[in-house]
Amino acid sequence: MIQRAPARRLPAATDSACPLSGLRGTLDNPGVAHIRFVPLAVALVIAWCGVVRAADPVTAFVGGRVIPVGRAEIPAGTVVIRGGTIVAVGPADSTPVPPDAQRIDTTGLVVMPGLVDTHSHVGGGQGGDASGPVQPDVRILDSINVRDAGFRKCRAGGLTTLNIMPGSGHLASGQTVYVKLRRVDTIDELLYRDADGRPLGGLKMANGTNSQKEPPFPGTRGKSAALVRQKFVKALAYRDKLAQAAEDPDKRPDRDLELEALVDVLEKRKIVHHHCHRADDIMTVLRLRDEFGFDVVLHHVSEAWKVAGALAKSGAACSVIVLDSPGGKIEAAEFSLVNGAALEAAGVPCALHTDDPVTDSRLFLRTAALAVRAGMSRDKAIESLTLAGARMLGLGDRIGSLDVGKDADLIVLSGDPLSVKTRVLQTFVEGRQVFDRDDPEDRLFAVGGFGASRDQKAEPCCIGPALGGLK
Amino acid sequence: MSLDRWRACRSPLAARMAAVVIALAAPAVAVAEVLVVRGDVVHTMAGPRITDGVVVIEDGTITAVGPAATTPLPANAKRLRGAVVTPGLVDAHSVVGLAGHLNQPQDQDQLDTAEAIQPELRALDAYNPQERLIEWLRGFGVTTMHTGHAPGALVSGQTMVVKLAGTTVEEAVLVPMAMVAVTLGDAARREGGDADAKSPGTRSKAVAMLRAELVKAQEYRRKRALADASKHPDVDLGLETMAGVLGGTVPLLVTADRAHDIASALRVAEEFGVRVVLDSAAEGYLLADRIKAAGVPVIVHPTMRRAGGGGETENLSFENAATLRAAGIPIALQSGYESYVPKTRVVLFEAGLASVHGLTFEQALAAVTIDAATIIGVADRVGSLAVGKDGDVAIYDGDPFEYTTHCTGVVIDGVVMSEEAR
Repeated sequence: MIQRAPARRLPAATDSACPLSGLRGTLDNPGVAHIRFVPLAVALVIAWCGVVRAADPVTAFVGGRVIPVGRAEIPAGTVVIRGGTIVAVGPADSTPVPPDAQRIDTTGLVVMPGLVDTHSHVGGGQGGDASGPVQPDVRILDSINVRDAGFRKCRAGGLTTLNIMPGSGHLASGQTVYVKLRRVDTIDELLYRDADGRPLGGLKMANGTNSQKEPPFPGTRGKSAALVRQKFVKALAYRDKLAQAAEDPDKRPDRDLELEALVDVLEKRKIVHHHCHRADDIMTVLRLRDEFGFDVVLHHVSEAWKVAGALAKSGAACSVIVLDSPGGKIEAAEFSLVNGAALEAAGVPCALHTDDPVTDSRLFLRTAALAVRAGMSRDKAIESLTLAGARMLGLGDRIGSLDVGKDADLIVLSGDPLSVKTRVLQTFVEGRQVFDRDDPEDRLFAVGGFGASRDQKAEPCCIGPALGGLK
Repeated sequence: MSLDRWRACRSPLAARMAAVVIALAAPAVAVAEVLVVRGDVVHTMAGPRITDGVVVIEDGTITAVGPAATTPLPANAKRLRGAVVTPGLVDAHSVVGLAGHLNQPQDQDQLDTAEAIQPELRALDAYNPQERLIEWLRGFGVTTMHTGHAPGALVSGQTMVVKLAGTTVEEAVLVPMAMVAVTLGDAARREGGDADAKSPGTRSKAVAMLRAELVKAQEYRRKRALADASKHPDVDLGLETMAGVLGGTVPLLVTADRAHDIASALRVAEEFGVRVVLDSAAEGYLLADRIKAAGVPVIVHPTMRRAGGGGETENLSFENAATLRAAGIPIALQSGYESYVPKTRVVLFEAGLASVHGLTFEQALAAVTIDAATIIGVADRVGSLAVGKDGDVAIYDGDPFEYTTHCTGVVIDGVVMSEEAR
């Protein structure tokens, strides 16, 4: 019934150098949960694992078809990871496996980077409320339920990085957040952060029909653009005042969280993730981008096929949705499956996304396969699930491909990534296993069934996979 | 173009004219009077698969199916070829044609919520054969669908079976009244402003109202059958419809996802002796034995239906169809009802996913061909490739369930509707 590797060759966890890592399963069991509250035991565990972790466990995935992304596939390859980092990728017969490595036989299987979803709504997060159409101060990270079962389903689908966005019912619905799907207790431990420790994310904006409603929301497209322009004009003035205050602190304007967020956008510290479907809405986003000079990723772009040439000239990147049918709302009425192929042909950077719950994160690979069905090349389609999305999040130097020095986010598949028969067998984030299809609990989220959408219990905080999240 | 051709073929006048033309000059006439479809593999769904097989269609009807090497082929036939040939797909439950792709009030005729119980609403009177989603579905091999009034009201109206062809519903329809659509569970709840629009407000009220309607229909049916015509009650379109349900000619299509709502459906079916077809049944796998014992078929939710947390489908499983089938329950798959984006699902894709979650290839294909046709009552016409059946065929350039395979040809009643790779 289930397509599987002929034998189970993969370990339950990669951090086997920690002799207590095997306890993770035990500690999940409520029957012995009290162990967590024995401070001495916890301290010992932390100390012991911490020491061992310093030695950085090494794991080698040997013999499988390796899809590194961005360069040629390796029919029989080896991927070596040390701690949370990739340290070697190459043909199995010429890539040495370190003697201290735990060796995982991936013969007959496929190893590729963890998937990057540039547009997700997993975690029940919310953005702005009904008070107005422009709320760039609102952060989705303040509302995400990290125990939402959706995160488990994402890992089951091979996703390792998400851009979690507020909705499209506002012109600016709030700040998005880039998360790494570690198994942890709080949203703070999921975040990608910049060098200064600030959470990474963009600003969600939208035009078209979703954000049109009763005042104070706009009633037309022209009004939508005017409201956005007015706010950006204010942000420009605010930025000028901040610049003047650098010379004279007395001139410093009062802090304004909305305008601060927009200044982040104007200064290109935050990218705009812009919902747009219709060709004219796409062009309106580009017009505003050119006027105010922000960076933008165009999301959904149902009618990209109509303006692929203009998109190519603009240099903008597109994150494309793939749907089973057009419509459901007027602006998606002329959706086409050829968008991926049309953008590829025009030379436009193209990622794919789930828009979960619009499409199911567990079927993200399918999205690429349907793009191929409609004419996209296989290589570009796979890149659209990984490296292209990573680049659009500004994380292209860290994730999205199997390259030395990048994070050890990878998935092991039972076969070709574009086949309906293929299963995600295991998902690793920073070298740690976060999904194992052989684990009955994980399988529930992969396949569905009773309880598969219920919020999940907390992860044990101090053992195994969570350890990396401790500061 | 192809619609016109299809209509031309179906029209007796056009057929006569074509015959005259052929008789006079015998040129190559545009309408495909004789068609040969050849496949490296032909899944007839009426027997074992045929390697290098052919399907011969004449005047819209299949006249031969067999190995290419041994099946006599008519001369001057139009020929189509593909890697895989299947019967035209049968979508066991949709709302397409009543629900349009724009999702605006003017193209959403699948649900009227003025009353909780409106069995008199005919699908025929709301079906738009020009709806773009019909062409979309047809492009992926769907040639027959069971469509009509949607889930969302206790008794929302009637359903019907159509071919995905024709410019009027009269041309498209196979079965004008197929089932009466009933919804149990949260989706049937009403919270209207005035007292009339507040019911049903609970599950038990919904079942009480449904039982009361069936009791009323029993009385109506009894009185309409009285020998003394003067004692007949006035014709009531709704009760007339429900009387048909009681008489066993029309099943109730009961949409229920929670296990306890499924149990309610079975309870009502037993009490009134009515035929029930379960629809969606997200938690059906919890009650497989009960459903089997009740002899009720299930038109299982789209495999990819959303399992929103907290909603009635939160316990969905990709393996539901397989679990039910393994229990011996007749199952079919459906495109279902979508309230947003995407506006419809596609049974080819839903069956594909089911085929890797416990159903075999043949079982999954049957769930969108012969088994679907059987459950919706049109297996004498469609769902398999057999002599005497309608010439409905889908052609593919590979494994139909593989994501990257294309549907390369669709034939309805012997007319080539599409040869575009989709």
